Amino acid sequence: MSRPEPPRRVAVTSPRTAAVRRPPGRSALRALDEQDVVGELLVRSLVRAQLTLALRLLTVLAVLLGGLPLLFATVPSTRDVQVLGLPLPWLALGVLVYPALLVGGLVHLRLAERHERDFVDLVERS
Amino acid sequence: MTGPVLPLVAVALVVVATIGIGVYGLRLARTTSDFLVASRTVSPLWNASAISGEYLSAASFLGVAGLVMAYGADALWYPVGFVAGYFVLLLFVAAPLRRSGAYTVPDFAEVRLGSRGLRRLCALAVVAIGLLYLVPQLHGAGLALRATTGAPVQVGAVLVAVVVTVNVAGGGMRSATFVQAFQYWLKLTALAVPAVFLLLAWQGDGRPALDTPTPPTFLQRTTVEVDSSTRFVVDEPVTVTVDGRQRRLEEGSTAVPGGSPVVFPAGAAVPHVASLAPATGLDWSRPLSGAGGVEHPLYATYALVLATFLGTMGLPHVLVRFYTNPDGRAARRTTLGVLALLGAFYLLPAVYGALGRLYVPELLLTGRTDAVVLSLPVAALSGPAGPLLQALLVAGAFAAFLSTSSGLLVTTAGVLAQDLLPAGRGDRAPGRVRGSVRGFQLAALGTGGVSLLVALPAAALPLTQVVGLAFAVAASTFCPLLVLGIWWRGLTVAGAGAGLLVGGGLSTLAVAATLTGSVGSDGWPAALLAQPAAWTVPTAFAVMVAGSLATRGTVPPDVGRTMMLLHAPEGLGLPAGSGPPGHADRSSPETTARRRQRAVRRTAP
Repeated sequence: MSRPEPPRRVAVTSPRTAAVRRPPGRSALRALDEQDVVGELLVRSLVRAQLTLALRLLTVLAVLLGGLPLLFATVPSTRDVQVLGLPLPWLALGVLVYPALLVGGLVHLRLAERHERDFVDLVERS
Repeated sequence: MTGPVLPLVAVALVVVATIGIGVYGLRLARTTSDFLVASRTVSPLWNASAISGEYLSAASFLGVAGLVMAYGADALWYPVGFVAGYFVLLLFVAAPLRRSGAYTVPDFAEVRLGSRGLRRLCALAVVAIGLLYLVPQLHGAGLALRATTGAPVQVGAVLVAVVVTVNVAGGGMRSATFVQAFQYWLKLTALAVPAVFLLLAWQGDGRPALDTPTPPTFLQRTTVEVDSSTRFVVDEPVTVTVDGRQRRLEEGSTAVPGGSPVVFPAGAAVPHVASLAPATGLDWSRPLSGAGGVEHPLYATYALVLATFLGTMGLPHVLVRFYTNPDGRAARRTTLGVLALLGAFYLLPAVYGALGRLYVPELLLTGRTDAVVLSLPVAALSGPAGPLLQALLVAGAFAAFLSTSSGLLVTTAGVLAQDLLPAGRGDRAPGRVRGSVRGFQLAALGTGGVSLLVALPAAALPLTQVVGLAFAVAASTFCPLLVLGIWWRGLTVAGAGAGLLVGGGLSTLAVAATLTGSVGSDGWPAALLAQPAAWTVPTAFAVMVAGSLATRGTVPPDVGRTMMLLHAPEGLGLPAGSGPPGHADRSSPETTARRRQRAVRRTAP
């Protein structure tokens, strides 16, 4: 008994990914790949933006956290201030610093990825 | 005596679980790339747990509380620096390092500067830092077993060394990832649950004050086991009982002959071990008071901040983990997860350090403040809760020893196998001996054995300070290499090599001088050598920049392409660090990662 030939299996794929819908601009991509003047400029500006961001956040860290010992040294009364039942140094160094670092990290993540999206947009538009 | 039974059961359970998860992971590890980098299939949460589990060592689990107990508020900078180091790593290193496709710092040096010589130099530094970090882990295991069961110090060290070496040589990093992630959560639980009970007990005792105007006193009649080598300083004459006989300890330095137990009456001031100056509760609670006899506390604080903030990125076992992220973006997310997980953990050690001054002040006499975490529950809690919680803490401590040691061993052995073992039939046949599974296993056995040989005779080392020195060496070598390599096009091989040699040489000399105690403990020279990072890190940066500027002509010609590789986001269709081999031959220095991938492809079934 011969059954009708079953339909061939085919792969059903969606073309609706960003990469397919909007292929990157050829010229900028080639510029990047071949490292000509334009490509070099593109990469340099991305690196500069990321470095500026990192240095800014590092400065905030240095002032807020690095300033604490200096504060304790120059204004000794701050060492004995009680906040929420804990001495200020213990509250700052034992508790508050950890959520603060997490928030700083989150800010960096957001901004660094924005720079990268801008870079990708720039490459794909051109 | 039921004392040692519970801790031993706890240790046995952790060891069995570690080996069990290792065996489970081994079944999944088939090829070299599985073995070494877990095939980069690890998700950010797993990876963040694994990084945290690997990072929280004996120094964090036991040592930080001990330092807080002895030195007070200034010691809080240790855990702050251990976490902030990841923040700096996130800002400057995480995503670009992942995109470079480098697996270790030597890989990075070769990707960025294309020099085999520099690669070897970095490999040497990795092995040095790895051993400097591994030895205190093994030593801590010995201390922990001694504090809870009375076993000789060597037993714990041998136990951890054997378990870790066999596990790593057998399962590699794939199993390590599971083990590490499991151990983070075990460590957090083990430290958090007893802390709650201890705080309740403190509350129940009427919240005795910590910032008292006097140095610590014995709350109750206390029996102290002092071994004959311990010298302590009596400030107030006190009548104690030794071998059932009354004996008056006069002012001045004292040792107890024969190591007999000494019984101190309630309310007596606690004599301190000779190396630790007694501090009033008030001084102890204040930063920069020099509590414990720290010279130049402001300098020491800033030097410590610099070492920990910048040293984290140079720790070999930390960097390797970033390779297990699928791309640069995941590397950033993983780092953020690590910031959250570590922050939660480091809220706890200070609680133990503070309560230790009330409930186990005799540790200030014996100088074994590293044991405060393990001793507190039995001393502060009545009934069965004390021993049970102590067993939980022992389990956590062993999780710490096992996880950090495995991470260090995987990395150090990986670098040894890759860069420093004889290359067998030569470099032309990569993947044959170097970088092969067998080479890795041999290197793991060798590294484990050497670190055990160093750890066994080592004298009483303060855990966190030795680890702090490892941070200083890492900050003086790999931090400038990574930061300048990632962000500055002008770096040259000569400049980087000179900076590594000067930074590594100076910091290693300082470490050697401090560990051998050859410079006394007073004045500026001692302060500068005990915390060298404040001057060795800027020196290393300066030498690296000056050396590179002097050899400006030798900047690699393909530096623009390398910068693009490091910084351009994935998904543009550009050659990436983990790209297909077709792209690999475009950049002149072939990375180990790629070489390894090809080697694996050849040997895979």
